[in-house]
This record gives sequence, C-alpha cells and structure tokens, in this order.
Amino acid sequence: MSEISAEQVAHLANLARIALTDEEIGHLTTELAQIMHAVEKVSEVATPDVPPTSHPIPMQNVYRDDVVGATVLSVDEALAGAPESDGSRFVVSAILGEEQ
Amino acid sequence: MARAELMDYDKALELFEPVIGLEVHVELNTTTKMFSPAPNPANSAYHGAEPNTLVSPVCLGLPGSLPVVNGDAVRSSISLGLALGCSIAPSSRFARKNYFYPDLAKNYQISQYDEPIAFEGSVEVELANGRVFDVPIERAHMEEDAGKLTHVGGSTGRIQGAEYSLVDYNRAGVPLVEIVTKPIFGAEADAPELAKAYVSTIRDIALSLGISEARMERGNLRCDANVSLRPRGAEQLGIRTETKNVNSFRSIERAVRYEIQRQAAILAKGGSITQETRHWHEDTGTTSPGRPKSDADDYRYFPEPDLLPVVPSAELIDKLRAALPEAPAAHRRRLKAQWGFTDLEFQDVANSGLLVELEETVKAGATPAAARKWWTGEIARLANAAGVDAASLVAPVHVAELAQLVDSGSLTDRLARQVLEGVVAGEGSPQQIVDIRGLAVVSDDGALIAAIDEALASQPDVLAKIRDGKVQAAGAVIGAVMKAMHGKADAARVRELVLERASAPVE
Repeated sequence: MSEISAEQVAHLANLARIALTDEEIGHLTTELAQIMHAVEKVSEVATPDVPPTSHPIPMQNVYRDDVVGATVLSVDEALAGAPESDGSRFVVSAILGEEQ
Repeated sequence: MARAELMDYDKALELFEPVIGLEVHVELNTTTKMFSPAPNPANSAYHGAEPNTLVSPVCLGLPGSLPVVNGDAVRSSISLGLALGCSIAPSSRFARKNYFYPDLAKNYQISQYDEPIAFEGSVEVELANGRVFDVPIERAHMEEDAGKLTHVGGSTGRIQGAEYSLVDYNRAGVPLVEIVTKPIFGAEADAPELAKAYVSTIRDIALSLGISEARMERGNLRCDANVSLRPRGAEQLGIRTETKNVNSFRSIERAVRYEIQRQAAILAKGGSITQETRHWHEDTGTTSPGRPKSDADDYRYFPEPDLLPVVPSAELIDKLRAALPEAPAAHRRRLKAQWGFTDLEFQDVANSGLLVELEETVKAGATPAAARKWWTGEIARLANAAGVDAASLVAPVHVAELAQLVDSGSLTDRLARQVLEGVVAGEGSPQQIVDIRGLAVVSDDGALIAAIDEALASQPDVLAKIRDGKVQAAGAVIGAVMKAMHGKADAARVRELVLERASAPVE
C-alpha cells in the first residue's frame, strides 16, 4: 500500500498553483490516500502478462494534412474569453522567476 | 548582481575536465502547427504576424478542442532523426509534461517522454583546426513550442520586478524537434568551440533537409548548454548547470567558456555547484541563476490520452532515408577538394556561412577562386555596410556572370565593382548594367595607344624618367590614360602599352 504524506500534498498543490490551508492539506491527504488505494486495486488484476495500455482503442498513425484549417480565430475571437487583454495580447499577472 | 569570480581558462582546463551536453530545439517550417491547423509562424510565409492571429482553439487550450498530429511534421522529424544517424522507433507516443505557466494555455506541453521518435545517433562535427568529433546523440523527440511572454513594468523585459505579462500564443503549438546529446567527453579546451560547431552542423542539416528556416535570430534554432566539470582523475561527473537563452552561435561558445571558468573558480575554493538553469546575458557576457532544475517527477509526465501512437512503416522510413541529402561534413570535404582551397580559405568561406552561395556561383560558371573573391570580398563588404546577410544582396547566378565578364576581359575589377553596385541596387543583370551604363572595358589598343601617346607627349619629364629605367614613373601616365578612358580600361594592359610606347624610337 503506498501512502501519501502531507508534504507531498503541499508540494503537488504548489506545482498546481493551488493555495491550500493546513486544514485543507490535512483532509486532502486522507482523501487522496483513499483514491490511491482504490486505484491500486487495478494492480490486483494486472498480472505481468498484461501489457500497460495507454490507449484502449487499437488505432495508430492518425494524421491530418498540413493545410491551414477553418478553425483559425481572429484576434477578437481569440481574446473573447480573456479576463483582461491589451487588444492584441492576453494580460496575466506577473509571475516571478519561473520561466520554463 | 555581483559579478561571479572566474578562473583563468587555461588554469581551469589544467585542474578540471569539462563535460558538455547540448539540447537543441529545431522549429519545423511546416505550413501548420504540430497539433492544430493554425498557420505556423516558423514558416517564413507567416513570420512576423500580429499577436494572436495564428491561433485556433487547440492553441488556446479551449475546452473541447482536441489535437490532431500534423503528418508532415512527423515525416520531417523522422528525416531529421535519420540525418542525425538515429534509429527510428518502430512505435513512439506523445506524453504530457505538466507545468503551470501562462506560455501554454492548457497547463501542459505535449511532448514525448519514454518513447521518443528517434534515439541513439551520432553527428560528425568539424572544428576550425580540422579536429573531427563524433557527437553522440541520445534522442530526438517531437513536441510543441510555447507562446511568447512579454514582461511589462519594473525593469522592462526582465522577469524580476515585472508587474504584468502579455501573452501571444502565435508560437504555441509550433512543431519542435528537441535533439539531446549524450554527455560529450574529450573536447577539453575545444569544448566551447565544439558546442558552437555542433549547433552550426545541426543548422546545416536542417537547412539541407529543408525542414526548418533554422535562423537563430528568429528562434528557429535554440540551444541550451549543459556544462559540468570534474577534477582531473575523478570518475564521477560533476554537478551540471544548464544555460538557456543562448541565441547566437557566438554566444554558445562564450556561454560554455564562461561556465567552465565560473564553475572552476567555485570548485577550486572547495565550493559546490548548484544544479540549476542559468540565463545567458548577451550584453554582459555572463550567466545568472534561474530556477532550480525541476525533477522530471515534478512534471508528472503521462501518456497523452488525446493522441494515438506514431508507428512509421519500414517503407516510409526507407523512403525518407533514400531521400536524405549528403551529410554536411561530407559535403564540406567534397567541396573543399573540388575547389582546391587551402584550409584557411575554406574556413573563411565556411565561417561566413557562404558555402551554399559559393557552390551555386561555381555551378553557374564562375571559377571557385573568383566566386570566393567576390563573396568574401566586395559582397561581404557591401552587406556589412548595409547590415544585412551577404546572401540576401545578390543572386549567385549574377555573381557568376560578373566573374565571367572579368575573366573575359570585358570588365576590370574596378568596373565590376560598379556593376555589382548596380546589381545590388536592382538595376538588372551584370550584362544589362554594362550595356545600360556603358561600362565595358575599352579593349581597342588603337584607342589606348592614342591616349598614351598624348599623355607621354604632355609629360616629357615622365617619358625621360621611364627611358632612364625608372619604370615606376609610368604610374603618372597610366593614371592620365585611365582618366581619359573614364576608368574603362584594363590598367595592366595600359601599363604594358605605356612601357612599349615609351621605349619606342622617338618619331
């Protein structure tokens, strides 16, 4: 049985940019542990002769042609859902020192 | 920012062995993006488009949108993998790399993780001193580029102190191939130059395949340089840093050299290197710490559920392999032998990035020597003065025509330079400009002799000197004749005739 610690939950929350209180971390640690245990049930049926599956449908090599499609948006359409924009670009709050 | 202490380069090499690893991102120039049918700004047809005009719902990560793989991007990636001497995976798949940053709207990048499309290759790289390296390739995988952030406020353009950021998603989803080398040992003092030469070779390969515009200044080609040092005699590799934002060939060399000197100074004092990304600053020629390097675990990679595996057929791979152009290193060796240049002459051309232009010029009928003279001489000078690439100034076929006009004696070098200026100004082909401007050399000896006799008659003192054997005095006569001919004479021929006429019996 794998366990999950409060530190791991806090770390994940940080990676996901979700602010959690200590109290929330506490009950999420319990809940996530339960979810993990539930998922672990899969290992009971996944015997070594069952290969891991990332796709349930036996298809491969699905490609599109390299031509411009009709779904290209105008600037106004692109920015329509943005909480804030400067008319051509999305405005987001400054994020310090985390360039990927 | 406090200036880092640097150790003398030779001293650093004495104490430590540099080990480098290079990650090069190549933007493919397909018409559309990797997973969306939006136009691709890395294709020159769409370069410089207004912000957020090359986006579809997939690029913006809008709910319900689904990626579909661009077949041409896969084929380009396989060709690149083959050109890098890699094996092509019989089956490969995409993976999600999860991170929260606004350069990708969906909060993950579609990349490849455990099953890259190409792996285990080798690229031959030649240094200026003739040393040849086989750079081992670990893998090449397909992924999508991220959008572009502009940080506003505080110190402008820099992240520290920014108040807000503007996001342009045009670049989000541009097809990328990331090429990762294995650790490169044994380059020693040549490590910085090898890093530069390797990226330059990747550029040549991408250009010869026609799969990327490969312009570093546009970010079509980007390099992250990993550098670590290990004490002489040690087995274990040192802790590495990864320098990002290195976007010119010259910077790659400088950045690697800088990191060797910086790390050596720290290690020699008993300090330790922090594993981190560092940012290269072109203006100061230094690096500064970025974020601590995340563990792969933090990216929580998992197979991309929205995309199906890529399983290229053996027939497709064979077809792409058969279509591969000559490898850049072999191409260079062949050209050098064909042209009969010395090492120095060839390096001069290669380092100016003019190999393709020279090759075309020779193909169009110029001698290699004449082609080299024009491209690295007058054309390079004009390009430099105008602040543009030599290749953009004039077509190789026109250079060949110009060289042939000089070879046949129709133009002197001086006249040819005037013609070249006309070509650059868009006045037409060299022959057209010669005709329009009436620039052809006066090759009629009769006309030259008449002008010479007149000049000699008006300068009897010069004539006397020449007859006394002071041949250099002929310069004054040659000058007068060239002036009378409006420069349209071959000075060497005029000189011959002047000496001949001066020694002729006085009539």
